[in-house]
Amino acid sequence: MSQEVKTKEPLFSPKNRKLLTAPLGKNNPITVQVLGICSALAVTVKLEPAFVMAISVIAVLSLGNVVISLLRNQIPPRIRIIVQLVVIASLVILVDQILKAFAYDVSKQLSVFVGLIITNCIIMGRFEAFAMANKPWPSFLDGLGNGSGYGLILIIVAFFRELLGSGTIWGYPVLEKLGIYSVGYENNGLMILPPMALITVGIIIWVQRFKNRELIED
Amino acid sequence: MYSNGYIFRFAIIMVVIVAALLSGASMVLKPMQEKNVTTEKMQNILAAAEVVAGKENTLELYNQYIVREVVLNLEGNEVCRFEAGKLITGECRAFDIELKTQLKNLQAWQAGNKQAQVMLPLYVFNDGEKTLYIIPMQGKGLWGPIYGTIALEEDLNTIFGAVFSHKGETPGLGAEIAQKDFQDQFKNKQLYDDGTFVSINVVKGGVANSNINPLHGVDAISGGTITSNGVTEMLKSTFELYVPYFEKRRL
Repeated sequence: MSQEVKTKEPLFSPKNRKLLTAPLGKNNPITVQVLGICSALAVTVKLEPAFVMAISVIAVLSLGNVVISLLRNQIPPRIRIIVQLVVIASLVILVDQILKAFAYDVSKQLSVFVGLIITNCIIMGRFEAFAMANKPWPSFLDGLGNGSGYGLILIIVAFFRELLGSGTIWGYPVLEKLGIYSVGYENNGLMILPPMALITVGIIIWVQRFKNRELIED
Repeated sequence: MYSNGYIFRFAIIMVVIVAALLSGASMVLKPMQEKNVTTEKMQNILAAAEVVAGKENTLELYNQYIVREVVLNLEGNEVCRFEAGKLITGECRAFDIELKTQLKNLQAWQAGNKQAQVMLPLYVFNDGEKTLYIIPMQGKGLWGPIYGTIALEEDLNTIFGAVFSHKGETPGLGAEIAQKDFQDQFKNKQLYDDGTFVSINVVKGGVANSNINPLHGVDAISGGTITSNGVTEMLKSTFELYVPYFEKRRL
């Protein structure tokens, strides 16, 4: 990753690089901006749906950011919100159709949540806050960064929930292979339920703020 | 400042482009999506007979094992028969029947509309050793529909295998009906008690602690009472419809 960044220096100027990396840490959409929480709770029972959801959001967010940024000088401000919504909705429908055609099982697991990407506040938030005022390339990076920041948290949460709740990683029964059940360990059913996702996200927020004191508000 | 005319033009052009894009995508992807739905339906039917089908060989296995598709009416008479890739009698194929539509027709029929036609699908499985009768069903869970596919042995009484799925039951609670542990309980249970139809009950608190004959009951899921009751209800109301056919076969 870092090597690629160095060879394409003009495209990845320090400013642009920051667009990509800040949402992964200091400006994470979930843990710092606290956006898109509901879907983070809903699709993180297993790694696979969380991963597909992350990819879908990254796709919608970066493509949408580019479209909005290209149109930013043509969009009449009075109807900009509805224009943004149309762009999001059409991209989401596209993603949904593609999933139904090529990843049917996952699309069934994600069910209604793919459609709910439309209401994911991260997307509208980035369109309004960034893409409406910036050129396509930085907007693309911003979309990629924020989408990945969202996806990163999703995957961390899903990893712990799947491991502790079902004893598997990506469907592979790790704990069973390690023979942990034979010494009396049992899966924690609570991890499968939504409240534990909230608590897991809470723990991530806690750890992040513990490590990075500037994020702590008074 | 943008004029109203510009705003309208912008909106119209945008909507037309988006509409064209989406309908184009839908047309291109539709065949693949429909194939996925069909494959899943076939996999469920085969799964009830304990044949595990992967993505590639589903159609092949289905054609090999499902020797007959039959559509029954409420009197237990055969309306249509589909064998070896073509219709033998009637004009309906069991595989194309939508359970949702049939449930609506059933409600209309029960409400007194005798015009409503209810078509009941039945799949006949044969692998050379045994013949199984597979019945698909749909019922209500806590949050949405639940689905089941049950394979009966040749006596039309003993359950050979059961598969359940659901649209959106609570993970870890109601959603457990889709787990093997729950489904395996149904094996060798019987629908008839001394010649009377009793269906299978999903018993809260466990069959062992109730006065239900273990031949006709399975343990419910802790914390998933409404879904469990939904399964009981679905089994009872569906099998009831097939009882006239069962009786006819037995005579």
